[in-house]
Amino acid sequence: MEIVHTDALIIGGGLAGLRTAIGVRRRGFDAIVLSLVPAKRSHSATAQGGMQASLGNSVKGQGDNEDVHFLDTVRGSDWGADQEVVRMFVHTAPKAVRELAAWGVPWNRVRAGDRHSVVDGKSVTLKEAEGTHGLIDARNFGGTAKWRTCYVSDGTGHSLLYTMSNQAIAEQIPVHERMEALSLIHEDGRCCGAVVRNLATGQLLVYIAKAVAIATGGCGRLYRTTTNAVINEGMGAAMALETGIASLGNMEAVQFHPTAIVPSGILVTEGCRGDGGLLLDVDGNRFMAEYEPEKKELASRDVVSRWMEHHIRNGKGVKSRFGDHLWLDIRLLGKEHITTRLREVNEICHYFLGIDPVEKLIPVRPAQHYSMGGVRTDHTGQSPQLRGLFAVGEAACWDMHGFNRLGGNSLAETVVGGMIVGEYMADFIESSSADFRFSAGVVQQAVAAQQKLLSSFTGSENPVRIIEDMRSIMSEKVGIYRTGEALREAVTQLQSLLQRAKHIGVKSSARGANPELVSAYRSGSMLKLALCIAQGALQREESRGAHFRADFPMRNDRDWLCRTLATWEDPEQMAPTLRYEPLDVMRMELPPGWRGYGAKERIEHPHTAQRQAEVEAARAQDKNRYELQRELMPFEHLLPESLRGKNARFQEEPV
Amino acid sequence: MNLIPAREIATQETPRKLRITVLRHNPSEPDITPYLQTFEVEEGEGTTLFIALNEIREQQDASLQFDFVCRAGVCGSCAMIINGKPALACRTLTRDLPDHVQLAPLPGFELIGDLSVNTGKWMRHMAERVQTWLHRAEETISLDALEERQDPDLAEKIYELERCIECGCCVAACGTAQMRPDFVGAVGLLQLARFKLDPRDTREDADYYQVIGDESGVFGCMTLLGCEDVCPKELPLAQQIAYMRRQMALIK
Ligand SMILES: Cc1cc2nc3c(=O)[nH]c(=O)nc-3n(C[C@H](O)[C@H](O)[C@H](O)COP(=O)(O)OP(=O)(O)OC[C@H]3O[C@@H](n4cnc5c(N)ncnc54)[C@H](O)[C@@H]3O)c2cc1C
Ligand code: SF4
Ligand code: SF4
Ligand code: FES
Repeated sequence: MEIVHTDALIIGGGLAGLRTAIGVRRRGFDAIVLSLVPAKRSHSATAQGGMQASLGNSVKGQGDNEDVHFLDTVRGSDWGADQEVVRMFVHTAPKAVRELAAWGVPWNRVRAGDRHSVVDGKSVTLKEAEGTHGLIDARNFGGTAKWRTCYVSDGTGHSLLYTMSNQAIAEQIPVHERMEALSLIHEDGRCCGAVVRNLATGQLLVYIAKAVAIATGGCGRLYRTTTNAVINEGMGAAMALETGIASLGNMEAVQFHPTAIVPSGILVTEGCRGDGGLLLDVDGNRFMAEYEPEKKELASRDVVSRWMEHHIRNGKGVKSRFGDHLWLDIRLLGKEHITTRLREVNEICHYFLGIDPVEKLIPVRPAQHYSMGGVRTDHTGQSPQLRGLFAVGEAACWDMHGFNRLGGNSLAETVVGGMIVGEYMADFIESSSADFRFSAGVVQQAVAAQQKLLSSFTGSENPVRIIEDMRSIMSEKVGIYRTGEALREAVTQLQSLLQRAKHIGVKSSARGANPELVSAYRSGSMLKLALCIAQGALQREESRGAHFRADFPMRNDRDWLCRTLATWEDPEQMAPTLRYEPLDVMRMELPPGWRGYGAKERIEHPHTAQRQAEVEAARAQDKNRYELQRELMPFEHLLPESLRGKNARFQEEPV
Repeated sequence: MNLIPAREIATQETPRKLRITVLRHNPSEPDITPYLQTFEVEEGEGTTLFIALNEIREQQDASLQFDFVCRAGVCGSCAMIINGKPALACRTLTRDLPDHVQLAPLPGFELIGDLSVNTGKWMRHMAERVQTWLHRAEETISLDALEERQDPDLAEKIYELERCIECGCCVAACGTAQMRPDFVGAVGLLQLARFKLDPRDTREDADYYQVIGDESGVFGCMTLLGCEDVCPKELPLAQQIAYMRRQMALIK
């Protein structure tokens, strides 16, 4: 058995994993990155629209700063987020964009003078200030008070991932491609490595590390219709769950994106609507204006997706062979804009729909898009239960998104998270190196368990069928509209699939890559993850952000202002153990309230009024924004020292 | 967009039966020599090779190897030889192909199995060799200060050259790359051209000459332009190779 030793093992070569690895490496430690695919092919590459950071350069972004970004993010989260972490995030996001610029990302830049744009269905001419020429530009995205989303045409993720990946190559960080981590090795509450399978040869290996990070991205492939890449099966989060020690947070918080094309589920960016595109129904009617008179198409994603499904249920969808859909209209943006700022969208329409979006409408319907939940961590990115295990990016529940993430906040989270978690991982390695030990017995056991699993597929069940059934259940019963009845059915059906998964048979005995075997060993883990989502959704009897219960349509802060924690202690148990971690209203900088869009009614938390009064009293004092913020909810001490500096802005002198 | 003309999805009366022949070979089973295997699949509305190959794997042969990640034409994983030409399988609609489709792995890369090749390893090697990252003058950057300004047009021009998805089609189509394993390919030359365009990169022409000023670099290229014809991102390979060649010839 080959054993590889390193200081930091980073599982995942997307933006989050690579930035974490660079951070650790720059502190003088060894880091190895594992990835299912070449790093540049990770799912981060497909992000189109952009990355939020409150630079406030463009005229429609002026007056923006960390405070405004903070408010937007907490409102977007429907108060489910950890507000301290949101503060850490909004403070570091401008630094992340500027670092990437210095590493070469060709962000679109502000052009001084007249700028033609489409706002609320009308052509407008904006005037960009002389002094901002050449600074980083931003576009409009849903749920934000300012234009804050920095972008590189509509290939932002591609540009970021290539720059990041090349930077990692420059720093000589090895990326072991086509390697799949199967399980974590841990002893006495400390993680010390992983059992890994080489996907090309089928060989098992062991990686021993002083700290391990899970940066494995999302789990969209638990659903039938998703915008996610085919490798996004959530195995990283499942691996943490299967330790029986680490917990997953808020797995029921699943985002559905309004504009996935029908039928393939390929995404067209929110930038389409941010730049002025409209949603139309079968009659050509702009229905969002009726449901959300203020924000219209640019309310947060959970709200827009829900109204779209609602409108389709009311018979206003367009019938097609692939079911009903609605239209996205970007014709009004014009050819020039579509072929430069939305060129990926243009290509997608040509290749996958056979239409020209300059002249034709795009058929869209909401699809699974993003997992707010993931491996629960503290503010440093470390699991509170399993020392030495870190998580970052979409795979983590660091918890800046709560129950709904804003567009553009995820790319930002991957890089910001990487910058912060990389530092804390290095601190951990530095301070705990001396007492790092692991016993050969534990490693042998971990390997033996995987060998046993891999040779257990002698039954008659077909793994591909099981996974397909799971996907249908998730899409039909654990989707945008949820009810207790459907969720109960979903849980029962998923459990019977989990039972069947114990009797899987694999026909192909190919050495080396064996795709059938891969489906077989992943199916049990995927089902456990699906059960965390379904069971979490069933128990949470309220509606918050993307989690909508038709039978409990109100947000209920009194009983549900808490984070769901799922664990799976006994491999034989048939459902996750769920516990709840309360969020403390008395420590919130922004006490719970109305989001500014979506439902207004809610059940208040008993402390909200008191905290609201405290916050208002503080705001009435004559203090600058930094002092006020510090009084309400200090957070700077939570950041690594190197990231504490104030952010300069074109119009704002730091105090 | 010149590969497939934009047109409406046609509703077909009776679905076509496609015959898909795959060149199969699994190097980890050395006793089995390469062979051709033909599968039949029924074409549906909007069927792509992504859909067809997955259907084959799910229903007919679970051991068939191929690589897809984004299935949206942006990650560069799925390039293969489709009826003699390198192209991205995920965005190839079968309705644009004849009844009989021949698939083979991309030549010029290490074979993993069937249609799966190790483009990742090749590209990493290329990146290390031509150093595809920005070589800045200063070591540390202030993350708190206002960002350095950049001309908006220049930023867009740089992005134009950055759209390469490292799919390997240009390498597969290139005579030089097939003969010389050390040739950096159109992809390598293009990526260097991107950094040469960026005024913040401190490398001089002489530095570039060190890396690509020989037969394994820009002088190995025979400018037959097989590469540009097959690049799925329609990158200006001919123009950029010619430009790098002129610049390097000045040094020579
Ligand atoms: C179509 C689309 C468009 C998007 N657009 C935007 C946008 O415009 N703005 C925005 O902010 N967000 C956007 N998002 C969301 C955002 O792109 C992702 O959340 C983010 O890129 C995730 O990055 P990551 O580094 O966490 O994971 P990924 O980039 O998904 O990387 C995961 C890595 O983990 C590896 N891996 C997984 N499992 C294993 C294992 N078991 N062993 C070893 N390696 C493993 C994979 O190989 C991969 O390298 C978009 C998402 C989608 C689906
Ligand atoms: S230059 Fe074009 S063909 Fe070559 S790797 Fe890049 S995208 Fe592919
Ligand atoms: S022009 Fe040069 S790089 Fe392109 S295919 Fe011909 S020899 Fe290869
Ligand atoms: S699968 Fe990503 S380009 Fe084809």
